[in-house]
Formats: sequence, structure tokens, C-alpha cells
Amino acid sequence: MPNKEDILDLYFMDARCKLIDIAAFLDRLDRHEGNTDFRYEGFNQALHAMQNPGAVPRAQAVLEALSDHSEEPIPKATIQGAFGAPRLEINN
Amino acid sequence: MPYIEPHAHMVSRTTADYEAMAIAGCEVICEPAFWAGFDRSSPQGFHDYYRQLTEYEPARAAKFGIKHYCWLCINPKEAEDAGFAREVMAIIPDFIDAPTVLGIGEIGLNKNTVSELKIFEEHVELAKKYDLPILIHTPHLEDKLKGTKLILDALKNANVDPSRVIVDHVEEHTAGLVLDAGFWAGMTLYPESKCTPARAIDMLENFGMENIWMNSACDWGVSDPLAVPKCIQEMKKRQLAKDLVHKVVYENPVKFLSQSKNFKVDG
Repeated sequence: MPNKEDILDLYFMDARCKLIDIAAFLDRLDRHEGNTDFRYEGFNQALHAMQNPGAVPRAQAVLEALSDHSEEPIPKATIQGAFGAPRLEINN
Repeated sequence: MPYIEPHAHMVSRTTADYEAMAIAGCEVICEPAFWAGFDRSSPQGFHDYYRQLTEYEPARAAKFGIKHYCWLCINPKEAEDAGFAREVMAIIPDFIDAPTVLGIGEIGLNKNTVSELKIFEEHVELAKKYDLPILIHTPHLEDKLKGTKLILDALKNANVDPSRVIVDHVEEHTAGLVLDAGFWAGMTLYPESKCTPARAIDMLENFGMENIWMNSACDWGVSDPLAVPKCIQEMKKRQLAKDLVHKVVYENPVKFLSQSKNFKVDG
């Protein structure tokens, strides 16, 4: 099994790159006109979950923050695709 | 290293992809029936598709020394119209005795609707009637967690043997639910959605090497038919023993797929 230094050797630069991309994405949203939507809200909730995962691993916490937590099947599909973050009205 | 691609949609791929996969070590490809990127307008369209899966693709794969198997169903994206779905499902028994059919799949949910769930349950009954294994698609992105829970509840209510069911496209928030319930789990390696090679290996570390496989699920979208051999490379970088890598990419698929009477890894 690799040790922590091995993991850093393998993945630090890749993770650093992705982290800066996230920061630049948030800056980009700040800089441009218009309004954000539920995806931005979900993204911020996922960032919070990553920093505060509680008892579950961070990746699981992020995925759960970006999930629809309702329990009943919906009556009918209005789209075929998915957005990557839940519409808040579905969860409430 | 020899490997099995247990989930690939080769009808959407080029012959050059078959060649590249063969060169990379692929010995067997299993192709679940799926959505072609647009809704088909008639059951006859599915009849042609099932012929493509059972006749044309095995011949195309054989040119490169690859064995090609398939799973049959109407996928959940086209199951919103239950009447249409049932017309398509009525065709499936005509193809079940084809020599390369493994079972029913990839059935499941897409937007977690009432109709999708009903058609999923009817597919499960079809599998039980013909004593076939089941391959399950779990929904995308924000719909995956809810859909996985609905699917697991439906399977429990249908009293199926979980060792004959693989629930595919698991991620960190669903893998434990699936494996703890006794089902097999499939991890899909996608460039953006689903999981990366690094995360797939993390899941192996966290959930173990039993009852789990990995696949590319390559199709008409942004996907990579060489995702599995690329993950093999990543597993080497992560210092996984060669026998463990072989277990995940070869022995585990053979163990699950051998539950189908048609699956033979040699000959």
C-alpha cells in the first residue's frame, strides 16, 4: 500500500490544479452578469460538506450534498437528463 | 494484462475501438441494451436493435478475437410511456434463447418516476420467469442516491437472489448501500460524471475487492473504451498486487457472469 507521501507524489499536482480551477470558476461567476441558480447553491453546499463531512468520508458527503433526498417516485419525467445538483423545491 | 469489459455500448463505437480494446488486452465485452441518444419511435426499432446486439456485434467483435455478449431490455429513459415499454418487452422472449444473451439489463431508473419504477419491476419479473441474472442502471448525478434506494427496495420486495444482480454505476454514496444488501456493484469510469480511476481504486480500498467490477460504459457520449486498461495502469501506480488487479478486472466479472448459462470465457 502506498503511504501518505506516495499519495501526495501521485495526486498533489492534479488536486492542486482542480482546486485552482474551482476557485477560478467561482471568481468567473462573481465577475459575470446575471443570476446564479440551484446549481450554485448546491455547489456551495457541497463545498461546505467537503470541509465538514461529519462521520462520512468527504467524497460521500459531497455526493450526498449534491443529491435529491426526496423518497417517493415523481409522477412524471419532465426531462431525460440531470443537472448535477438537486432543485431545492424537490427536496423541500 | 487480459481484462473483461463488462459494460460497453459497442453499437455506438467504431471498429477501430474494437481493435484498440483487443490490443489493450480485452478478451470479452458485455453490452447491455440502452438508450441510443434519442427515443426510438416503434417496437420494431427495438427488434432491429436486438438483432444488432445478438447477431452483428458478436461477429464484429470476433474479428478481433473478442467474445461479445449482451443483455436485453428497454432502458429506463424510454420507459416513461409504459404502454410502449410493454410492447417492446413483449419482443424480448423472442431473443432470450440467442447464444450470447446473458440476462435482463440494463434496467433501472432514470428520473425516478412512477412509470419507470413499474416497468423496472416488470423487467425483474421477466428475469425471474426466465431465471436470468439482472444488470441494473442507476440514475445519473443528483438522481442516483434516491434511485438506488428505490431500486434496492423494489428488489427486496421482489424477493430476488441478490447474488444474481449487479447494480451498476455506483459511487461513494451508493456503493455501501448496494454491497451491504448483498448485491454486486459496478463502478463506471467516466471522464466527468460517475468516477475517475483514482476514485474507483479508493472505493476498492474502502469497500473491498469482493462482488465488484469496473467498466467503461463507453457509448455515444463523452466516454473512453480504454478506461479499464487505463485504470489497470492507475492500479499499478497505486501499488496494487498484480493478482488483485487481475481479480477485479477479470476474475470478478467471470464469477458474476458465469451465473448466466451462456457465458463461457474460453472457447
